[in-house]
Amino acid sequence: MKHFSTYPALNGVSLDIGPGEFVALLGPSGSGKTTLLRIIAGLDFPDSGRIVFAGEEVTDKPAARRGIGFVFQHYALFGHMTVARNIAFGLSILPRRKRPPRHEIARRVEELLELVQLQGCGERYPAQLSGGQRQRVALARALARDPQILLLDEPFGALDTRVRRELRSALRRIHENIGLTTIFVTHDHEEAFALADRVAILSGGRIEQFDTPQGIQEAPASSFVESFVS
Amino acid sequence: MSRSNPLQESRTARLGLVLLALAYVGLVLLIPLGAVFAEAFAEGIGAWYAAITEPDALSAIRLTLLVAAIAVPLNLVFGIAAAWAIAKHDFRGKAFLTTLIDLPFSVSPVVAGLIFILLFGGQGWFGPLLQDSGLQIIFALPGMVLATIFVTFPFIAREVIPLMEEQGKSDEEAALTLGASGWQLLWHVTLPNVRWGLLYGVLLANARAMGEFGAVSVVSGHIRGETNTMPLQVEVLYNEYNFVAAFAVASLLALLALVTLALKSYLEWRHRDVLAARGH
Ligand SMILES: Nc1ncnc2c1ncn2[C@@H]1O[C@H](COP(=O)(O)OP(=O)(O)OP(=O)(O)O)[C@@H](O)[C@H]1O
Ligand SMILES: [Mg+2]
Repeated sequence: MKHFSTYPALNGVSLDIGPGEFVALLGPSGSGKTTLLRIIAGLDFPDSGRIVFAGEEVTDKPAARRGIGFVFQHYALFGHMTVARNIAFGLSILPRRKRPPRHEIARRVEELLELVQLQGCGERYPAQLSGGQRQRVALARALARDPQILLLDEPFGALDTRVRRELRSALRRIHENIGLTTIFVTHDHEEAFALADRVAILSGGRIEQFDTPQGIQEAPASSFVESFVS
Repeated sequence: MSRSNPLQESRTARLGLVLLALAYVGLVLLIPLGAVFAEAFAEGIGAWYAAITEPDALSAIRLTLLVAAIAVPLNLVFGIAAAWAIAKHDFRGKAFLTTLIDLPFSVSPVVAGLIFILLFGGQGWFGPLLQDSGLQIIFALPGMVLATIFVTFPFIAREVIPLMEEQGKSDEEAALTLGASGWQLLWHVTLPNVRWGLLYGVLLANARAMGEFGAVSVVSGHIRGETNTMPLQVEVLYNEYNFVAAFAVASLLALLALVTLALKSYLEWRHRDVLAARGH
């Protein structure tokens, strides 16, 4: 679904991701995972190469119109808005003729709060939540406009192991219920293998291997892959 | 005596430092401020009231408010634009623009005033052009507004740039991926994030706009009842040995300073949680 080639931080990267797939981008620090994710999102632009979503080229389309949801490592919640208004943000800034009525938005916010298991937290401010709760809000906010593709950049990196595990299964459950395409960045191979349908292993801006967890474990494409996943 | 803090001075040394600081602050800040009010009310509240309601004084008050009411909003808009450009974008000449914003702080206000005379005065670059079109800038309101804008420009931009830089681009990027346009970013994300800094900058710019003497003095022409702002009126009255009236008008300016300080302290107290969370 997406193609890339050549970028100073990325070189000859080409990924074909099917609809509804859950893909992890795995690699050591500085391998280009974030760069690749930001290019897919439209927050960075490749020097050459193309990005195609479901047959439509989006390489020059601004992030705002790509129909993606993005979850940042450090949440990036709007501190001056309540949780409910954070989640409603994507809907409330729609042009008037496309914007759902107020009660419709409120209902959608309740639905999303339930999805991420934060019922009753809508009136709190992000500063009054724990890290794990904030990341759930960020996830709900990213889902509000029904994106086709959900992109997550080390979303659980700043959280402790127990919360990580909890959120991991929540993410997988949400992915399956909604049926969206999910691309997930991590440098933790156990996390990648536990969650993803397929894992792309990056190193030095190149894709070393793109396969199912089982395929990678059974037949590592290079000695780098072998040492990285063991 | 506790030895737990290695930076702890001895008790006498500490007491001495505190007393010295208090004496200094008292000498250079409190006594002069007190003197202004003492002098203003020296002949009673009636004389004070008469002095500030006298037609020329009223006209000076009105003009001061008018100049600030034009200059501060313009600086607000352009200060935000400059801060947004500098903090959130990379472009050639950014370092130069940053330095340029500080220029009014490093240039003497008198020089700032003279610049406008040089540009728009009768003998100035645009003088003949202005004469033909019948537009008067120097010795009139437009010149005073221009001079005030020049002098107060850095306050808002200076206050907001570091805040915007510190907040980085992540909130804006989040809003972008949620479908926000450029204006929506600015209005819903960037400005709310810097709103207290912005308010503080406006307060300071306003205090300076109303209190500016040097630059405005050069371009105003000192026409009583017409182009005298409050600081200029104070000088005129003082030179006429009309001390009570001079200090009465001065007391209004001092009051403005106190109100500004009180508002600023109130804002800092109201938002101490936010400020502490940011590590200020
Ligand atoms: N804005 C930038 N300017 C210049 N170089 C950059 C920039 N952002 C990233 N890079 C470089 O591009 C390469 C890939 O960076 P990227 O952030 O994509 O790595 P990453 O795989 O996400 O690493 P991490 O796991 O540490 O987040 C690195 O060598 C980095 O130094
Ligand atoms: Mg990264």
